[in-house]
Formats: sequence, structure tokens, C-alpha cells
Amino acid sequence: MKRVRAEILSTRRLGTFRTLTIVAPEIAELANPGQFVTIAMPEGREFFLRRHFPIHQASRRGGWAGTLEFAFEPAGLGTEWLSAAEAHEFLDVIGPLGKGFDYPRSLTNCLLVAEGRGAPGIYFLAQELRAQGKRVDLLVGAETQERIFKPIEAKRLSQTLSVRTEDGTMGERGTVLDAIAEVAEQSGSEVVYAAGPRTMLRDVAAFCAERNLPAQIAVDERMACGIGLCFTCVVPVARRDGSRYDNLRACWEGPVFNPGRVLWDRWGQGAPTMTPTPPEGFPAVRTWPG
Amino acid sequence: MSVDLSVDLAGVRFPTPVLVASGCFGTGAEAAELVDVSTLGGIVTRTITPLPEKGAPTPRLAETPSGMLSAVGLQNPGVEAFLGEDLPRLASFGVPIVVSVGGRTLDEFLAVASACARAPGVVALEAYLPSPDDERSGRSFSSRPDVAADVVASVARVSGLPVFAKLPGVGSELVETASACARAGAHGITLIDGVPGMSVDAERLASALGPVVGGLTGPAIRPIALRAVFEVTRALPGVPVMGVGGVRTGTDAVELLLAGAGAVQIGTAMLVDPSTPASVVDGIAGYLESKGLRSAADIQGRLRSSAAVPRS
Repeated sequence: MKRVRAEILSTRRLGTFRTLTIVAPEIAELANPGQFVTIAMPEGREFFLRRHFPIHQASRRGGWAGTLEFAFEPAGLGTEWLSAAEAHEFLDVIGPLGKGFDYPRSLTNCLLVAEGRGAPGIYFLAQELRAQGKRVDLLVGAETQERIFKPIEAKRLSQTLSVRTEDGTMGERGTVLDAIAEVAEQSGSEVVYAAGPRTMLRDVAAFCAERNLPAQIAVDERMACGIGLCFTCVVPVARRDGSRYDNLRACWEGPVFNPGRVLWDRWGQGAPTMTPTPPEGFPAVRTWPG
Repeated sequence: MSVDLSVDLAGVRFPTPVLVASGCFGTGAEAAELVDVSTLGGIVTRTITPLPEKGAPTPRLAETPSGMLSAVGLQNPGVEAFLGEDLPRLASFGVPIVVSVGGRTLDEFLAVASACARAPGVVALEAYLPSPDDERSGRSFSSRPDVAADVVASVARVSGLPVFAKLPGVGSELVETASACARAGAHGITLIDGVPGMSVDAERLASALGPVVGGLTGPAIRPIALRAVFEVTRALPGVPVMGVGGVRTGTDAVELLLAGAGAVQIGTAMLVDPSTPASVVDGIAGYLESKGLRSAADIQGRLRSSAAVPRS
């Protein structure tokens, strides 16, 4: 990880999203899909914790070399402040953070599923998988057209693009879950990647478990530090052999996890789990990516 | 003129008066490249219990005005894994290590304390007394002076190490508890723990935190920490106090030192900016120079007319 003072090169407004392109060659050089950056908030405000954003684009070559792009939807004090930032201002940026996605070695047909603000990070993955000669099929959903991130880029990055909006303003009416079986069958998907809200990730996990499809998800958790210090962003994940589970940090061991090992019923439930848990009843997952 | 930033808390020496507070340095593996360890007076580890602890259910975090509300629930790998993995890494930084000792019973405190007795790099223990006592239906150890004193005395005895008693900053028994801990052999007192707080997510009709109640930290609690340090050091002159609560700048630290602290700890600010200790140390040095003073100890408890403040 690097900490840099990065100049904003440009900002864009795309539907409900804002994108910021920053000059951060040290971070762009190291960034992989699934990883994120954190941005410091301004001094002297009542909001002060760093905000974290999945990396949407990291350019290492060409005219944009050394730049990094991330996207967000203003939804609170921090993101509203950031959405007012302008070109040539500077941000305090730490990144790349977290563990990114793994790429399949032998399998080629990848289905990438994104909902809402999960899309920017998934598009970065699509680009890297394409560069590795994989087939990428994209399934993108949101409540409404305004929240479908960069549909033209999505089209360019994929063999097929399927869009679902709940109000039918773009693509077909419905959710990504309504479409996932059909898209997976038509495109011969062998591996699934997903990012988005937890309920959607859980449904994707169930779908992949049922079809025995290897999968990886990127979770979007509240974090205080983003650099592994505070243990506020944990996700309960079963060990590979199913003997027990660990509360793993989304910012350090994640944000990418194997959904087959996430203990969905335990995650974010109010029931206190203060005692060490008996070693039984956890899923043992031996399929890739382990 | 160069200033001497090292401090001596009744025999425990720290190279600077700025330590990292408990729970803000991960396992020691994470932020090393973002922190200038040469500026650290020491590192207080996350609170360690005898057995691995899963911690609190999520969500564990909510941001509140100038504050961070969090409930990690003492997630830690247990004392054995801590001594085998975390501690060698922390000790390799070459700064004094203070192990935060936790437990749900007196015996659990003792198990951790005795395991840390001769651990390399460990200069002191910090007894985390605000944690719930299972033998008294979950009321905290710090809620009764005699119980707190019992823990401190036992931890000091089995470890042979200086023990700082970490206490909450609110509650009418604050001075009484601090005094009982000091009489029982506490080397010093650490003030304050996160202030109990709550945040509600009206949209979901639910508490924002999984465990419902969390500890409020960050700039919002700095006045509470100042008052606690002031009251305790005034009542117990000669008992070293580490001040912790919302310190972000050199000025914040100087205020705590003036109120009576012998050193400060950086908590939430570490999470926002891991280089905070360096800037706080610079700020303290700059202040001392501007006042023509030579050492951090020169400003400790030097508030003017503090005697005129009525006893609460």
C-alpha cells in the first residue's frame, strides 16, 4: 500500500454516479481488480473517517498512464463533500488496499454480476479478464437507468451484456437474480464473480452453490481504517476444511471472498456471538478459489 | 535548543510521550509502512484474552458527529497466538510494548498476565477494566473500586510488570476507582476508554451497531478525557496517567499533558491518519520550544489556577 497526495485530473457525473480520475502512479502500478482506495476527509468537519472506494480503472500505459479512477454515488456527508471536489484539487489517498480477485487458470467463461455501486469495480475485473483471454459476460442491475454505471463501457468490455432495472427503464424489467440462470446457461459460464449489496451477493452465492459454480464476491462493508487496524469490517468466513470460522477483515483478508465459505446467517445478525463457536456445522469448500 | 521528549512514568520510560492506543494497530503487520515508528513512545496492543475471541456481531461501526462509535468486542487470537505471532512483530519495531490484558473473569486476566510475564519487548501491562465481569452478571470490573483493585493487584502480582489500569472516563466513582487501583498497586491509570454510546438507523428501525451499544471515540470525547485526567491527577498526585481520547494534533496532546497526563495515546486518529503520532510529537516539541521549556515533563499538570476549580 502507498499513501500519496494525488491531484484530481478530472471529474465526471454519470447518472447518479460521480467518477474521479486522479494522478496516482504509485497506486495505479500496483492495483488489481477488487482492490480499493481510501480517501481522507477534510480537516475540521464533523465527518472525519476515511471513505473507501473500489478501484474502477488503473492505467499503467498509454496517454492515461499513472492515473486511477474510482466511482461513487453521493450518499452522506463524506461522499457529498467528495462529489463537490474539482479538477486540480488534491486528495490524501491510500491504496491499493485489500486482496483482489483471483483469475481462473483453465476455465475461460466468466460471468460477472454487478448491482448498483458494485459495477465500477466489476468493470475493472472485466477488462483484466479480457486481457487474459477470458470470455466475459456481464449482468448488471439497478433500481433504475440512472444507477446503471457506464452501460456503453459495459458493452465494450463484454461478450454479452444483460441489463436489468427494477423499473424497466433500461434493459429488461427485473433484478440480476431473475436473469442469472438464463445468462449463465446461454453463455456457458464456468466461473462467477459478483459485487453489490449483501442480499444480492447472498442470492448469487446460493445460485453458484446449487450449480456448483466456483465464485468470488467483493463485499462492500463499513470500514473505519481500511488498512487492517481496527477490526470493524469483519465477515464470518469458514475455514477451508469447515472445522471452524474466523471473522476476517473485509479490508485486509477481503474484500474478495469465496461466497461458499461466507456464513451468511451469522453475518450481520444481531445475535451476540461472544463465545468461541463449537467446531461444527460450517461449510467445507474445496473448489477453486479456495 | 533541543527538547527532551522522553518521559518517565514512575520508572517506565517511553522515548516520546505519544503511544498508540489499544485496538488501533491491528496485529502489527498492517500499517508499519505508513507509520514512522521512531516517533512512537510505545504501542499498546489490542486487548488480549486467554482464548481466541470472535468479537462482536457486525455492524461494528457507525460514524457520529466528530466521533466514531464502534464495538469490536475484543476480537483477538488469544494469548498464545498473540505471543507467537503479533508480539514478535510488534517488538521488532524497537519501541516499548504495553500489552492490553482483558478477560471475563479474574482468572482470565491472570492467565493473560502470567503468560506475558517474561515476554520480550513488553514493558508494562494495561488492564482493560471496563470489560464485563461474567461473575457479576456482566457489570464491568471498573464499576466497583474493590473489584477493579482486585484485578489490578492480581495482574501486577502474577506478571511482575508495571500495570496501568484502563478506566472509563464517566461515572461518579471515577476518582474512587482510580484511587483504589493505585492503592492496590497500579503503576498508573489510563484514561479514558470509549464512552458508551448508541446510534440508531431509523430507516431500518434498528440500532446501527450489531451489539446495540458501542464505545464513542474520536474528537467528540476529548473534553471528557481532559476532565477525567484532570480530576484523577489532581486527586492522586504522583500516580502517572496516560491520557487518551480524541487526540489528533500536538495541541490536543499538550492540553492533556497540561491537565496532568504523563503521556498520551493516539486511538481513532491512527485509523484516519497513521502518521498522526509523528505530527503530534512535532507539535509537542514545537510547543515546548515556543515556551522555552526543555522537556515534556515540564508541562505535566501545569494548568494555572487549577486549585480554584471546585471539586465535583
